[in-house]
Amino acid sequence: MEILHFDIAAPTPAGGTRAMALVGVVASGNLEVLVERSDTPDRCAIEISTAAHGFRDLWDAVVADFVGRRAAGGLRIAINDGGARPDTVSLRLAQGVRMIEEPEA
Amino acid sequence: MSDIRQSWYEAGARERIAALVDSGSFAEFVGPERRETSPHLGIFDLPAQFDDGIVVGSATLDGTPILVAAQEGRFMGGAFGEVHGAKLTGLLRAAKALGRDVVIAFDTGGVRLQEANAGEIAIAEIMRAVVEARIAGVRVVGLIGGRAGCYGGGGLIAGCCSTLIVSEQGRISVTGPEVIETNMGVEEFDSRDRALVWRTMGGKHRTLIGGADVFVDDDAAAFRDAARAALAQSARPLSVRSAYPHSFALSEVEGLGSIDGASTSLSTNGGGSIDGASTSLSTNGGGSIGGASTSLSTNGGGSIDGASTAPSTNGSGERPGLDLDTLAAEQARLERRIARFGDAADATDIWQALGIDDPKAVPDMPATAFATLAAQYRESADDAR
Repeated sequence: MEILHFDIAAPTPAGGTRAMALVGVVASGNLEVLVERSDTPDRCAIEISTAAHGFRDLWDAVVADFVGRRAAGGLRIAINDGGARPDTVSLRLAQGVRMIEEPEA
Repeated sequence: MSDIRQSWYEAGARERIAALVDSGSFAEFVGPERRETSPHLGIFDLPAQFDDGIVVGSATLDGTPILVAAQEGRFMGGAFGEVHGAKLTGLLRAAKALGRDVVIAFDTGGVRLQEANAGEIAIAEIMRAVVEARIAGVRVVGLIGGRAGCYGGGGLIAGCCSTLIVSEQGRISVTGPEVIETNMGVEEFDSRDRALVWRTMGGKHRTLIGGADVFVDDDAAAFRDAARAALAQSARPLSVRSAYPHSFALSEVEGLGSIDGASTSLSTNGGGSIDGASTSLSTNGGGSIGGASTSLSTNGGGSIDGASTAPSTNGSGERPGLDLDTLAAEQARLERRIARFGDAADATDIWQALGIDDPKAVPDMPATAFATLAAQYRESADDAR
């Protein structure tokens, strides 16, 4: 298992008040994304656990793209990867941010 | 909820719970943020899932507090591992302590092979917890209609439930199609023949031979309605419930009033036979379909559901205990069943023997027409599995 850590500047803080969001499932070509709040509103920390070793550069690019496009500041994101393609990862990250912004039931 | 039908088969564990319980009422126990992941999968360089493939918690259904569990069939085929199993065991023990009914949405291929003994032990612990909860008066309702079906130890646990609600897509068995094919050859069972798989293990067949109690469409709302109806039955006085062919565990009513000594001896008996079931599961793993499902009925469902079966005593409204006489009566009933159907080469032969005029039409029947047919021709209506 390869564990990757990213902690990058995220200028736009995430909205909403939910403490947590979970999207996706650990299945072939899929991944789960657990989104939680941190106490650093201008950073986004992402930890990835993947059995597909050697793709750090690709993850770096996907994560940078995500933080550039979405309001990801103040989020702590944990990923269990089931061998997802980069487009699936981008989709799940976007879903996760969207879900944590939703009004609480 | 909109008018658009939500497929139970396609839904994930969390979607199923959301469709099942009152909106906003679900409170998860040991949620993904706790990161109680499998201690075994990493050894095999396999990714973990934060909830270990099962979601458990409390909720309300029509305002009534219940406990609920849903397996995620897409993660490791919904298989039972150590943590996954412990979450369900804990939920069932809580159900017993709180006196709350439980709804379990099964979606599992059985024990997670990477967790071997820990998974097998989990199955035995869950079965014991189901029986102990039932003896304490709790109803345990199983819902089966997911893509992984309900196989292996999941099939044994299902056999212990008070009520099983199944859709056509739901499959219930111990030994799965591919295992049978691997062990016995493709001539014995072609696992890629989906019509054969569904005809042999699918919801319609299980309903017709008494392996499931309620047949519903592949519709989350239908599962919710059926679960609600199954839970509502517990509120009926026994004299009313006994008018229903598959009246549920008698323990719900009398268990509460029974003396401690009686229920202690019940749990001892129950526990013993449960462990026996899990042992025989291992040894019967490679057996034929008939053999596998027979041993399930005999050891798994039979002994446990003995409490709610025994038609002769049900008629009078008396509850037989989960004692040796009940087990013997149940065993005899299952022997009659295998004597009657043991030579059948295909499920359609069994349906014909049940008196269904056109058995070949059964697989294509819509759910409501089938439910009507099943009500008339079901082989057994006394909860045996």
